[in-house]
Amino acid sequence: MTVRLYLPRDAAARSMGADRVARVIEETARARKLDLQLLRTGSRGLLWLEPLLEVETPQGRVGYGPVSGENVAGLLTDVVLRGGPHPLNIGLVEKHPYFASQQRLTFARVGVIDPLSLEQYQAHGGYQGLRQALTMSPADIVQAVTDSGLRGRGGAAFPTGIKWKTVLDQQATPKYITCNADEGDSGTFADRMLMEGDPLCLIEGMTIAALAVGAAHGYIYARIEYPDAIRTLREAIGIARTAGFIGPDIQGSGKAFELELRCGAGAYICGEETSMLESLEGKRGEVRVRPPLPAVAGLFGKPTVVNNVISLASVPVILAKGAAYYRDYGLGRSRGTLPFQLAGNIRHGGLVERAFGLTLRELLYDYGGGSASGKPIRAVQVGGPLGAYFPESLFDTVVDYEAFANVGGMLGHGGIVAFDDTVDLAQMARYAMEFCAIESCGKCTPCRIGSTRGTEVIDRIVRNENRDKNLGLLQDLCETMLQGSLCGLGGMTPIPVQSALKHFPEDFMRTRS
Amino acid sequence: MSEAQAATALDGTQLQVVQAELVRGKALPGPLLEVLLAIQQRLGFVPPAAVPVIADGLNLSRAEVHGVITFYHYFRQQPAGRHLVQLCRAEACQAMGANSLAQHAQRRLGVDFHATSADGAVTLEAVFCLGNCARAPAMMVDGELHGCVTAQRFDAVINELAGRS
Repeated sequence: MTVRLYLPRDAAARSMGADRVARVIEETARARKLDLQLLRTGSRGLLWLEPLLEVETPQGRVGYGPVSGENVAGLLTDVVLRGGPHPLNIGLVEKHPYFASQQRLTFARVGVIDPLSLEQYQAHGGYQGLRQALTMSPADIVQAVTDSGLRGRGGAAFPTGIKWKTVLDQQATPKYITCNADEGDSGTFADRMLMEGDPLCLIEGMTIAALAVGAAHGYIYARIEYPDAIRTLREAIGIARTAGFIGPDIQGSGKAFELELRCGAGAYICGEETSMLESLEGKRGEVRVRPPLPAVAGLFGKPTVVNNVISLASVPVILAKGAAYYRDYGLGRSRGTLPFQLAGNIRHGGLVERAFGLTLRELLYDYGGGSASGKPIRAVQVGGPLGAYFPESLFDTVVDYEAFANVGGMLGHGGIVAFDDTVDLAQMARYAMEFCAIESCGKCTPCRIGSTRGTEVIDRIVRNENRDKNLGLLQDLCETMLQGSLCGLGGMTPIPVQSALKHFPEDFMRTRS
Repeated sequence: MSEAQAATALDGTQLQVVQAELVRGKALPGPLLEVLLAIQQRLGFVPPAAVPVIADGLNLSRAEVHGVITFYHYFRQQPAGRHLVQLCRAEACQAMGANSLAQHAQRRLGVDFHATSADGAVTLEAVFCLGNCARAPAMMVDGELHGCVTAQRFDAVINELAGRS
């Protein structure tokens, strides 16, 4: 009987040698005349175990990892091909503590199916949401998304349904659906994993958005640093088009939706929505002054939905299972689930999709297993380069949008970067300013000039030149950037700087050699 | 420099590529970025002499084309070395020693960031996030992603490149 094996084709797995493992498996199977079928999937998100090979058994899929080309020979044995013992055996993957306690709504299929199999996609619930949406009026679709409580997963957490309603209410045509897939925050990779592991889910979400607001054209704006995601998405768009899930007549409904993939060219600022729209129009990614909102006058001056990958990919399950099903996860005004990404100096880095409401400590220790280096975790940065640095005393903060705002932070896109006790927060604060200087679009002065002055002032503080005066100047500069910048880049760069000053002042006061 | 002179500074193949991409691009709304990406993909860089040709072809000013090329980090106006090594320098990678890896890389290759080694073999670039933050530090070599890069792994990859070229 054919034994079915699964191995991720996800970029993180490939970065650890998954392609070589696949090659050696094929060669070994041929040499030993083994009856094997190797399927490439997305990643389950247990990234420290990649490449994670899974063997299908009657009880479920048994995992072995991390596998290298060298241990393939020892794995393709009768024992292992029945899911039996081996030093790399982690048991049934879905019973693994890291995985079993997760609440996979948006990532339900990632790591499970062949990302480019329409058949497997549909066998695992794919396109149920779209089929439901096709029976509904645009206003009812918007209402369902509003009722689900879904808020923008890109970082700003604006209610998705309200954004869609604004676009639906506009008279101007044509309208556009744009997907912001410019995932530039360090410590985040959920968009990448979804686009590589379940691209049809994103396409389905965008199609539902199009039906909801009356758009017939959509763009995915993907970053050039993600070649695997770009390749997979291109193929998936072709597959969806061939099968009539996008195109001039979606499943015989008479409704049309054309979808195009566009690539960025390495500019962090293009993750900001108006800058992304400029870039989609082929221009410099300079931030636009709001109002008008993109929902009113966005791409090519027309009403435009701008949503993050995870927001759009969460829509199919909301339509398929109902708004209440999604809303029943989470707490307060943070409903549903968030795919957290554990990164940096963390033993068990990976993706954890959970309802809002657990604590940072649970994520860092119960899932993350503490630091990779074995030293104490001294600081974590949550929400990307513009997020706050948290000290250990704040690790019990409950993870929801409001609780994070209350302690001066933000959840952003759900990226959590851990640092051990070798981190120098004065240097990280300087880096925040330096990064802003490199990536500023240049349109507004607080961001363009303030960031460069910021690095200089931090340098003087660290060198103990007029330290007190320069500390005051730095606070003043941070306030100017916070209040005076056009967008979140200049407006939030002070957050990591001020949190470092507040929680780790000793790093700025030290005498250095 | 007149537009005709600039166009002659492109060799035959380059001019052909630029013109073909202009034809393809004209069918798109807001085509400039797409055209530039395609040219760089095919030629390895966007030759400065292509700027007036592109401007003319898309009915834009040269300043607009130049402005877009210089805004985005990805575009280069000179060819890169035979191999492109991109090291991630963002926070998650810094938490796993990216700064010392960066120093090692510069020493090993004898170049600064955004420069090409004297023998033309390797261009070293700093990038901010490759999306491999759980397997930091990360680097990309000729489009291929590597995770958990130590100084030893870096050297092994570079030695393999030397063997290839």
